[in-house]
Amino acid sequence: MRNTLLRRTVAAAAFGVFFGQVLAGPAAAQTFRWAFQGENITMDPHSTTEYTTVGFLSNIYEGLVRRDRNMKIEPALAQEWQLVSPTVWRFKLREGVKFHDGSPFTADDVIFSYERSLKDGSDVKPRIQSIKEIRKIGDHEIELETHAPNPILLSELADWFILSRAWSEANNAQAPADVRKGGENAATQRANGTGPFKLTQRQRDEKTVLSANEGWWDKPEFNIKEAVFLPVSNNATRVAALLSGNVDMIYPVPSQDIPRLEQATDFELLRGPESRVVFLSFDVARDELLHSSVKGKNPFKDHRVRQAFYHAVDVEAIKSRIMRGASFPTGTLIAPSVTGYDERLGARLPFDLDKAKALMAEAGYGEGFTLTMDCPNDRYVNDEAICQAVAAMLARINVKVELLAQTRSLFFKKVLSRDTSFYLHAWATSTNDGHNILYDLLNTPTPKTGTWNLGGYSNPKVDELTTLISAEMDIPKRNELLFQAFDTVRNDYAHVPLHQQMLVWAKRKNVDVHQRPDDRLELRFTRVK
Amino acid sequence: MIHFLLKRVGHSIFVLLAVAFLSFLIFQFVGDPVASMVGQDTTTVERERLRSELGLDRPILIQFADFVARTVSGDLGVSYRDGHRVSELIAQRLPATLELAAVAAMFALGIGIPMGIYCGIHPDSSLSRAFQAISLLGVSLPPFVIGIMLIFLFGVTWRLLPTFGRGEVVDLGFWQTGLLTSSGLKSLIMPALTLGLFQMTLIMRLVRAGMIEVLGTDFIKFARARGLGNLQIYFRHGLKNTLVPVITVVGLQLGSLIAFSIIVETVFQWPGLGLLFIRSVQFSDIPVMSAYLLFVGVVFVTINLVVDMLYLAVDPRLRTMS
Repeated sequence: MRNTLLRRTVAAAAFGVFFGQVLAGPAAAQTFRWAFQGENITMDPHSTTEYTTVGFLSNIYEGLVRRDRNMKIEPALAQEWQLVSPTVWRFKLREGVKFHDGSPFTADDVIFSYERSLKDGSDVKPRIQSIKEIRKIGDHEIELETHAPNPILLSELADWFILSRAWSEANNAQAPADVRKGGENAATQRANGTGPFKLTQRQRDEKTVLSANEGWWDKPEFNIKEAVFLPVSNNATRVAALLSGNVDMIYPVPSQDIPRLEQATDFELLRGPESRVVFLSFDVARDELLHSSVKGKNPFKDHRVRQAFYHAVDVEAIKSRIMRGASFPTGTLIAPSVTGYDERLGARLPFDLDKAKALMAEAGYGEGFTLTMDCPNDRYVNDEAICQAVAAMLARINVKVELLAQTRSLFFKKVLSRDTSFYLHAWATSTNDGHNILYDLLNTPTPKTGTWNLGGYSNPKVDELTTLISAEMDIPKRNELLFQAFDTVRNDYAHVPLHQQMLVWAKRKNVDVHQRPDDRLELRFTRVK
Repeated sequence: MIHFLLKRVGHSIFVLLAVAFLSFLIFQFVGDPVASMVGQDTTTVERERLRSELGLDRPILIQFADFVARTVSGDLGVSYRDGHRVSELIAQRLPATLELAAVAAMFALGIGIPMGIYCGIHPDSSLSRAFQAISLLGVSLPPFVIGIMLIFLFGVTWRLLPTFGRGEVVDLGFWQTGLLTSSGLKSLIMPALTLGLFQMTLIMRLVRAGMIEVLGTDFIKFARARGLGNLQIYFRHGLKNTLVPVITVVGLQLGSLIAFSIIVETVFQWPGLGLLFIRSVQFSDIPVMSAYLLFVGVVFVTINLVVDMLYLAVDPRLRTMS
């Protein structure tokens, strides 16, 4: 690979003569090397739902269904399915599929994977919580029963991967590795899936090497024989790795390097809206804010104050000055690529300082107040800078914001214990369906729902709609319910949606990669020319 | 002598306990490991269960006592991030860091001492001034700037050296070495230069100052009067007498090469202990962080012990004192 790169660059041609001998590795035809900012946590697909790890593992493992280029569900290990009754699904499994070790894929593996996913140490329980039982009908047919009708079952199954029963048992990996029980097992370091790529080498924090699975059941769109994943955490180092020709593709691209890469002739940027929506939110539950000068009452319980904050935020200024154009302002917490989005939701309240001031005065806070804002400084693109800008904007309606920007682990510890009055957060669904946003982010907090509803937002109508949505099997009807739910949320102004981040990837011109809105690189769409 | 040693070892154990406790206190402020361990859809109930089963809800002193008890019995626990045994993680990463530190130290000593000697003997020559200028750069530029500069020159512009990673390694069973492959050696050049530059300039300046001072003393004049040759004066009498402070500093600096290669490892994505530590901090991986800090403590304590021994060997006056 390095060798081809040297050939491509006239300036480097002279070096090619001297160093070609040294630099040329073994004839590495169609090797694709890419660098990402983090390392995959584990190779065990049931141990984590961390999105980059899941994305990486989707090259090795497969679920019953998968998503195509446009995020639409399509058959994978299940060839076809039908709904026998509102709670019973019958899946016909694909025949002739083999795991990487050569053993055949059957219904037993699906049932085994289900049981495995329920064990301690599994992080994928939320994906299969709706399933009551999986029954074997034949070697290549199963019946899946849910507790209640579940319209998004297929979305939930798309990232739920199937392991080989025989392999797991032979390698003593019947359960996902559990740190509480002292650690790892064979599946954390090795892998045996059915997917288009096999895991051939894993050196944690150095590189992970995949090779094409010649026996894959599907017709490959990719032409690469080998793919090398390299974690490079430092931004400048990652960009240098691309520019020097050590890798073919990098992501994410730090915003300060975007103009420079735009001008480089050998490289190309891929950009698109990410399904993650960044927003501000308030503590609307407590009778007195924990971190504010207002005593004895909670200003955010007043609809007008929240609306005033919304009007005071100039999202276009954030886009042009802080995001350098790399954001898509939005008026709702659900991204356009997610099921349930409706164009009627997208409009924002206009930036209107006069109106904001008037609303504050009307609510009795014309003099303003002081407020602490919680913000991560290493989680979202330019998160701290956005918070600083918001603080400056709110100063114009006399709200004096003390910004507490800290590293993600500290930020999440604080806000997850509900120790916040005003915060910046962002959400991307794990199921690509609006229900997940309602359930985790917008429902009244209970031990199960509203885990990330950090401001204690509670609207019985939204809760009720969420329950209906979770069981409505009729798609148009369900979409209407989703619209109603998000429209209700929008009109409560308990959240100030800011924007979707822009995904920015950079690659060499001679490779083709497909950028999905969930920031996932699928090697099965990757070609090297 | 034995008494001296025992006293030193006693001090060392106390220091290590203090380090362990301080780091444990700090971990109360590094965030919540549970938040990074589970996926976003995990319910609050599951989170709490995990927290209590990991013992994170116990009082800090009990957690500390538990940590010390387990460490003494040789068990460093498992990483919260990926479930690996911490002792294995450290053993895996140690070779990368030690090789980097060793090469950087060789570079620092091999270039720094001769440069220092030259500058000490010829303080006013133009080459000395050039060395001084270089050393000023080495002292004043932070390593990440030097690292990035090297990457852009040798990696991006001239494409001579790999910009990150460790290249191909050879597994010797107990030790993974990058010293036996050409890509491994080439990968080592820039990180070692970056890591060693500061030490090199420091050593050069120390040796230079020491030489100038010693060469100005009376016994050197007497040596000259005795008609001794330059070589003998410079090396036998001059250099030897400047070495005591140099040994102290080199010893401590060697410790910091191993312990604080974090920045260089981050810039070059060098898969050593520093990178492991940074990852652990981001993840609030308490077992790995405690083990790393303890390891750093052990390195420094050991080096100090060895330096003290070396004093005894180099300086006869200390021997009679004890």
